[in-house]
Amino acid sequence: MLSAYIPIAIFVVVATGFALFTLVFSSLLHPEKYNKVKLEPYECGIEPMTDARDRYSIRYYLVAMLFVIFDVETVFMFPWAVIFNKLLLFGLIEMLVFIFILLVGYYYAWQKGALEWV
Amino acid sequence: MPPGISTSDFYYILPELVLTGGALLVLIADVLLPRGSKALAWVTLLAIGATIASLVPFGSTHVEVAHGLLAVDQFALFFKIVFLGAAALTVLMSVRYLEIEGASPGEYYFLILCATLGMMIMAGGIDLLTIFIGLETMAVSFYILAGFIKPNQRSNEAAVKYFLLGAFSLGILLYGMSIMYGLSGTTNLRTMATAFVGQERDPRLVLAVILVVAGLGFKIAAVPFHMWAPDVYEGAPTPVTAFLSVGSKAASFAMLLRIFLEGLPSMSADWRLMFEVLAIVTMTIGNLAALTQTNIKRMLAYSSIAHAGYILIGVVAGTPRGVAAMLIYLLIYAFMQLGAFTIIIIMRRQDVVGDELKDFSGLHIRHPFAAFAMLLFMLSLGGIPPTAGFMGKFWLFGAAIDAGYVRLAVIGVLNSAISLYYYIRLVVFMYLKPQGAGSPVTTSPSLGIALAVAVIGTIFLGVYPRLLFDLAEMSARTLGVAAVTAAIR
Amino acid sequence: MLLLIPLLPFVGFLLNASFGRRISKAAAGAIACGSMLASFGVSTIAVWRLVGLPPESRALAQTVLRWITSGDFDVSFTLRVDPLSALMILVVTGIGSLIHIYSTAYMHEERDSEYARYFSYLNLFAAFMLVLVLGSNFLVMFVGWEGVGLCSYLLIGFWYQKESAADAGKKAFIVNRIGDFGFILGMLLAFVRFGTLDFQEIARSVAALRPETTFGTLSALTLLLFVGATGKSAQIPLHVWLPDAMEGPTPVSALIHAATMVTAGVYMIGRNAVLFGHAPHTLTIVAIIGTATALMAGTIGLVQNDIKRVLAYSTVSQLGYMFLAMGVGAYTAGIFHLFTHAFFKALLFLGSGAVIHALAGEQDLRRMGGLKRELPITYWTFFTGALAIAGVPLLAGFFSKDEILYRTFAGGHLWLWTVGLLTSLLTATYMFRVVFLAFHGERAGEHPAPSTEHPAPSTQRHLHDAPPAMALALIVLAAGSVLAGYVGVPRAVGGSNRIEQFLAPSFGEVRLKPDATNDARAALLQPGQERQEEAASATEGLERGLMGVSSAIALGGIGIAWFFFLKKKRAADEMAVRFAGVHRVLANKYYVDEMYEAAVVQPIRIASDEGLWNGVDVRVIDGAVNGVGGLVGGSSSALRRIQTGSVRLYAVSVMLGVVVILGYYVWR
Repeated sequence: MLSAYIPIAIFVVVATGFALFTLVFSSLLHPEKYNKVKLEPYECGIEPMTDARDRYSIRYYLVAMLFVIFDVETVFMFPWAVIFNKLLLFGLIEMLVFIFILLVGYYYAWQKGALEWV
Repeated sequence: MPPGISTSDFYYILPELVLTGGALLVLIADVLLPRGSKALAWVTLLAIGATIASLVPFGSTHVEVAHGLLAVDQFALFFKIVFLGAAALTVLMSVRYLEIEGASPGEYYFLILCATLGMMIMAGGIDLLTIFIGLETMAVSFYILAGFIKPNQRSNEAAVKYFLLGAFSLGILLYGMSIMYGLSGTTNLRTMATAFVGQERDPRLVLAVILVVAGLGFKIAAVPFHMWAPDVYEGAPTPVTAFLSVGSKAASFAMLLRIFLEGLPSMSADWRLMFEVLAIVTMTIGNLAALTQTNIKRMLAYSSIAHAGYILIGVVAGTPRGVAAMLIYLLIYAFMQLGAFTIIIIMRRQDVVGDELKDFSGLHIRHPFAAFAMLLFMLSLGGIPPTAGFMGKFWLFGAAIDAGYVRLAVIGVLNSAISLYYYIRLVVFMYLKPQGAGSPVTTSPSLGIALAVAVIGTIFLGVYPRLLFDLAEMSARTLGVAAVTAAIR
Repeated sequence: MLLLIPLLPFVGFLLNASFGRRISKAAAGAIACGSMLASFGVSTIAVWRLVGLPPESRALAQTVLRWITSGDFDVSFTLRVDPLSALMILVVTGIGSLIHIYSTAYMHEERDSEYARYFSYLNLFAAFMLVLVLGSNFLVMFVGWEGVGLCSYLLIGFWYQKESAADAGKKAFIVNRIGDFGFILGMLLAFVRFGTLDFQEIARSVAALRPETTFGTLSALTLLLFVGATGKSAQIPLHVWLPDAMEGPTPVSALIHAATMVTAGVYMIGRNAVLFGHAPHTLTIVAIIGTATALMAGTIGLVQNDIKRVLAYSTVSQLGYMFLAMGVGAYTAGIFHLFTHAFFKALLFLGSGAVIHALAGEQDLRRMGGLKRELPITYWTFFTGALAIAGVPLLAGFFSKDEILYRTFAGGHLWLWTVGLLTSLLTATYMFRVVFLAFHGERAGEHPAPSTEHPAPSTQRHLHDAPPAMALALIVLAAGSVLAGYVGVPRAVGGSNRIEQFLAPSFGEVRLKPDATNDARAALLQPGQERQEEAASATEGLERGLMGVSSAIALGGIGIAWFFFLKKKRAADEMAVRFAGVHRVLANKYYVDEMYEAAVVQPIRIASDEGLWNGVDVRVIDGAVNGVGGLVGGSSSALRRIQTGSVRLYAVSVMLGVVVILGYYVWR
């Protein structure tokens, strides 16, 4: 019973070990030369303009949340697609219902103006 | 069709499906109807009505759905009726309140329906997963509802407090549940019950029981897990408070009964002891704290805590009779508590908040019927015959004595004697004080209906409780109570 | 038909409560009195039909609805008239009607809406009282029991502008909570023990048992019920609320706090005579408490200066008598006294009301005097009532009180009898003190104290006697005070004691034939039949002798009052000075209120105010809430404050709960 978990245990050990190894090893090897540009937060290669702790428009949260919600639905769709052959028509209807409910929410959010970027 | 699921399963969850459809319909109607239309409330009521109608075919059904995820039995049915009734009353009392508070009904009704859906799943769930999903559906809806009056700081505060503490308690509950799963290898309560036989002394299981008791204790607002309740009850919009104190509480009790009586009957010695202590502490602290409150919502919050203590007596008894008494009490409690909150909402006018004790001064002159109705609810909450509240208490205490817990009954009676003091104090304010200030007290048609239903329920169940008793006993018998009784003897 | 009896006053209540504000006083009064009189009519018919039945089967019942049925448990909302409740409904509706009529005049200075409110409460009270006495089981009785309590609080606090009235209502309420606590527990215990709440069925199951010689379930359950009775009927130690209840309008005092509601405790014991009869320990306690209350209240009554308070203590004292009777198993005598007492005590209260009415709210005996000439009707009726309560021969109180004393003596309770006799002396003295101070001599003060009871133009020189409506009630009750005793003239003086024969079936004395094996105690419990069995002549001689003694005592008491309060008024003051200590104790009612204040009220107040309310709620919870609610800044700072503030504390509380339970399991 427990032996089934051995690969997982090995995986955990290897993963942590690798992370630790790289961190420790690189800190031992790298030269310590700091300058202003190097110490700045990394922002996709673009120079930071203001402090990171700033007010965001509430819209940002709205859009972000909507994005998460509609993005996560694909997570449900992957396993569904994998066993679609077994689920057949039942699976198709189930997924359509699921998407329909999401669509209602989407429609509601749209009509309420949640998607309008100011 | 995948194995384990059949078309008939969908037939059995018809009420839940109807309610989901209704909720979606409300959401769409909100967009389509002109802004501020009162028709939305009626669409909501229609959805609730349709759900109640769809319960009809399941009057005597007793099946497990989808490999034991949900049970469709009379126990669940009883609770579903309580939830739907409470939701309908809440909708009725919300119309004018939202208008006065200047809140757009928008998601409000949708969330009420979602919360109701969650409750229904909680009552039917016989699997930790379904119960948990139901619980979350309900809880998340309530977090939002509690903060629905956005410009009101107290409402915001209530929502955040409820959310933070709710999440915290949920963590505790989930921890307990996960241990239960880990020890039994199943999430199904009925399978779990057999797996736990003979493991009564396993400390890990005891830990799980303690954690689940704590998590549920939070939901039903039992002392010492109650501290969120007064703040949230006071801050949340009044109809939400009403629904929270009735629906959420009833659903949590349903879930509690399912988990302990169906899933952990072998541990009954332990959880009985815990609930007994909780019941005593909860009743006593709740009543004593309520004694000196001057805000009616806060007073009712403490009173609601105390009532959770009374209802816990039924769990301690653990007999079919005890469970029946709980069901009876929860339904009766729904009527009187919702009625009392309806009056508070009636007192809410443009110029008066109306939830302070002094606002009720001389109400019998300003609005005799409202005063009489409130008198009735207070007497009922205090357990004075011939109101329904007395019947409920009588049955609970009777069940306790019947199961050999005479001390619980004694403490219960003592507590209800104490509690009468603060209930009657409100009556004194209404009948024996000069008139309070503010514009005239009026009712709207929907408030009138809600009030009438609550009054009739409070009187009718007090005068003619037979029907309810029969129903409750029938429902209680479908729960796995027999197992507990067997394990004890 | 029985349902109509409580239903009619209830309809009166509904009418006055709904439309009272919109109709005239005459109409409101007519509705209230009409519904009471109609109820009286129906009661009379019911009793008439009852009397037509053979004595063994005298009971009419009507099941209004089957209330609770569940498995083995079955409680119906059943009303039942048997001889005992027949007597009670006649008292409640009859005297109730008179008091309603009296009130139409007495309350006439109130505003229209207040007037209707008063009558609606009064009618509601009557309805509940009738449910109480008609109920065939504990549950129905309890409905009435709580209902009359509620009406009582509402009526005590009727003049809510008066601080003292509101306090008195509160006090009555709290004290009665303790009583109700006992009553409910007794009821639950009875249910557990017998599986039913029906009086007849309980009596039937109890009759099969032997009396409980050790302290067992029956003793516990009857004792709990008795706790309920002490609350309702103002017996030691729960007597403190009744004198304060005099803050209510005087007719209310007459109806609720003299004639009907306060006798509910006595009635309840009478109703369960067989049950109590099987718990001799409880009966002993009942007798002792009753006697002690009678004596204590009697002594306090002697020194009170408020006319209504004297009457209130007198009521407490007379109720003590009734409990004494119940305690020695003389149920008939107790109920007989309840019956006669209703007449003369209602009369005395209404008479005092007429005095107060005439003097525009004056209640202090020291400022009265010489009212005999100005208020003849009031004087003569009040005088009759005083004679009756003092136990002067041939009046109502004589027969009933004498019956109690005789039964006590015959039962061998020599001490209780002595104390009872002493109380009888006190009764005559304090009653005639009132008569002499109020109606004889000269009026002392000319400046009535301001009172809300009658804020009418006060300093009118010419006093008016009772208006017709009040006079009618006074005269009818005076007639009753004279005649009511003749239903129970003892055999010893040539009567046939019809009331005893009438009531006997209600106490289970007909069915229970004397048993040769019964020990003395059992015989003691059934003095009624014991008496019948024994040779009559010897006991009759004894009874006549005792009658003589109590007559002499009554006259002696009146004589004392005459000497101290009319002949030599200074003597009374001298006595008060010489026994200053005793006088102070009596005037302060044995400091019972103060003791309660120190022992109970203060600790609770401190616990509730300081400990719970301030400690937990205000400081912890509200402190946090106010801190947040007071912040005018943006909600983000408010939220931060919440997160670091109380929410953490709440979470700690949850965690602590878990830890405590865990700790229990770890350490046990």
